[in-house]
Amino acid sequence: MKLTGAEIIVKALEEEGVDIIFGYPGGAVIPLYDKLYDSSIKHILVRHEQAAAHAADGYARATGRPGVVIATSGPGATNLVTGIATACMDSIPMVAFTGQVALPAIGRDSFQEADITGITLPVVKHSYLVRDVNKLACTIRSAFHLATTGRPGPVLIDLPKDIQTTLAEYSYPKQISFRGYHVPGEPEAAQIYQAVKAIGLSRQPVIYAGGGVISSGAADDLQKLAEKACIPVTTTLMGKGSIPEDHPLSLGMLGMHGTVCANYAISHSDLVIAVGARFDDRVTGSLDTFAPHAKVVHIDIDIAEIGKNVHVDYPLNGDVKMVLQELLPRVEVPQTERWLQQIASWKKDYPLSYTQDGDEIKPQYVIEQICELSKGEAVITTEVGQNQMWAAQYYKVMKPRCFISSGGLGTMGFGLPAAVGAQLGLPNELVVNVSGDGSFQMNLQELATIVQFQLPVKIAILNNGYLGMVRQWQELFHNKRYSQTELLPVPDLVKLAAAYGIKGLRAHRPEDVRPVLEQAFNHPGPVIIDFVVSQDENVYPMVPPGGSLTKMMGGAGK
Amino acid sequence: MRHILAVLVENQPGVLTRVAGLFSRRGYNIESLAVGQTHDPNVSRMTIVADGDDQVIEQVVKQLDKLVDVIEVRDITDDEHVDRELMLIKVKAEPVVRGEIMQIVDIFRARIVDIGQSTLIIECTGDEGKIKAIEKSLKPFGILELVRTGKIAMVRGPKYEEE
Ligand SMILES: Cc1ncc(C[n+]2csc(CCOP(=O)(O)OP(=O)(O)O)c2C)c(N)n1
Ligand SMILES: [Mg+2]
Repeated sequence: MKLTGAEIIVKALEEEGVDIIFGYPGGAVIPLYDKLYDSSIKHILVRHEQAAAHAADGYARATGRPGVVIATSGPGATNLVTGIATACMDSIPMVAFTGQVALPAIGRDSFQEADITGITLPVVKHSYLVRDVNKLACTIRSAFHLATTGRPGPVLIDLPKDIQTTLAEYSYPKQISFRGYHVPGEPEAAQIYQAVKAIGLSRQPVIYAGGGVISSGAADDLQKLAEKACIPVTTTLMGKGSIPEDHPLSLGMLGMHGTVCANYAISHSDLVIAVGARFDDRVTGSLDTFAPHAKVVHIDIDIAEIGKNVHVDYPLNGDVKMVLQELLPRVEVPQTERWLQQIASWKKDYPLSYTQDGDEIKPQYVIEQICELSKGEAVITTEVGQNQMWAAQYYKVMKPRCFISSGGLGTMGFGLPAAVGAQLGLPNELVVNVSGDGSFQMNLQELATIVQFQLPVKIAILNNGYLGMVRQWQELFHNKRYSQTELLPVPDLVKLAAAYGIKGLRAHRPEDVRPVLEQAFNHPGPVIIDFVVSQDENVYPMVPPGGSLTKMMGGAGK
Repeated sequence: MRHILAVLVENQPGVLTRVAGLFSRRGYNIESLAVGQTHDPNVSRMTIVADGDDQVIEQVVKQLDKLVDVIEVRDITDDEHVDRELMLIKVKAEPVVRGEIMQIVDIFRARIVDIGQSTLIIECTGDEGKIKAIEKSLKPFGILELVRTGKIAMVRGPKYEEE
């Protein structure tokens, strides 16, 4: 049967099991939207293409299924770039469709022409410009395969307008093969054996778990390994949820704003077991002083990550879940009693802390209350800045896929659209967007999307009147010269909520926090909560950039 | 240290951009890159000469390998291989010096491929040493233009197989 390109796309999406698409129409994708009109696939009309990409990303992080995006050519496509880059940095499966001018018009600076495959080249896993409608179905199959297998990532398909209207014979390929793309299998038995031996001989081992644990669905396996071998676990921002954070073996997050305990543990460790993590500078601080006494086991699906930033003694290239399941029955239990005692005393001596003085709300307290009230079971999306770090420190995550944050790119404006995607993917969960007054204003147009699709997202804005994280750096490293970080006036957030027909609440004093949150969580629809918090609170502990993890400011680890 | 990489890629638009972009984006030094179709019209082969210590080159190879359009990457620096480069040089050649230039061309087993009023174009193929040497020898006459293809290389012996 012959179908038009647009029909082929919709059919292919249905075959891929896509039930939801985030997008925004325009001239170059009108034929595609015409076919979507008759499809059962739900289309979420965002209010800015950047938000479409972030929402698809949030959907993917929350559900594990690939996020799908459509934008028109030119400005529609370029508006996606930040969202695609955000997904790429955090290895999130996404397929983005962009309209393109018709094939004969390409290269002539035609109306709304942008070389989007060129522009996105450094921030995609792969991309296609479809030049032949006969290859369209195969291209879509390939894109989904690439986005979701191996180390996941965004794949872009650029669709010239005439391709969408040209007829071709349709058949959807079941199998596709690539000459240049292979998902790694299991590591060799010898490598597993050596890692097992190294673990058994270690005395001060630490598991350092990253986003790869979440994306490979290996949190259970990780926890089992940690429990069987009595090895403490610290996670990255992306790895939150790899182990319940109230677990006795959990040390919390490590790195720049990590716990003292996690940073001390890594620094005194004799064996770091990195699992689906990539030794980012926000985690390691100065590489020269990172885990100076440790041998390194590195489990990662991407062989290029192994040895990229630190020397690896025991490389285990393969899917995290598969490798953990190989290790689990074989692991030799090391003697870690003394080490665990040491860790327990660090935990006790250096807990996360802040001082509640005066009658201003401390932002940390807000997060603690959100955590308590939701029993750590909400799906949290964060913005970027202090709000993100306080959420990471004080929200104790219990399950994988429940802490959704832009880690690698650190994209302000991510959290609100990500909450849209997460809530659509998990309609029965409580989704809370922990936000900052700056970040919120980067994508607040999505309030309209939230209202249109009746998403009961709770938006908790830590309103400190500042680009707080930048202000913190200026305070600490630039002689309190607060250049361009005061945000005042912040619009009246309660009135803003009203303008969108959303419930708006405000808390000024510590005693307001709990009741306001209860009211918000009990409300069936979306709520914006304006937490007017102290303006000069800083995120501690803090490892100054490029410093050693043992030298933390404000961690009591003096 | 300089490394010679033999890279098989899908013969598709955009492949060169992906490879070149990777080098610039990750800050790797590329000395030369030569590319052309192989006996399989769907496959092109690149010869890349890149500079860096072992750790950098290991990253280059792994990152190249990650590109979907890259079928295979081999670092053939330490394998027995043949490498060649083609160079065209246009030199000033007034009649009085032509004899001398032709002698040099002879010694290097190069060829004269164009004779102008007061210029000659010389074609020379060889390994890097030879290319450098002929350039040096012709320099005193005045080099007007010079173009090189970049190195292409092939491992000696039977068809290269992954170990
Ligand atoms: C798109 C974007 N622009 C700029 C930055 C740099 N930046 C990092 S944190 C931050 C401040 C964020 O302010 P706000 O959202 O109010 O959060 P706070 O730190 O005050 O909690 C800025 C500007 C960024 N991360 N992303
Ligand atoms: Mg702020």
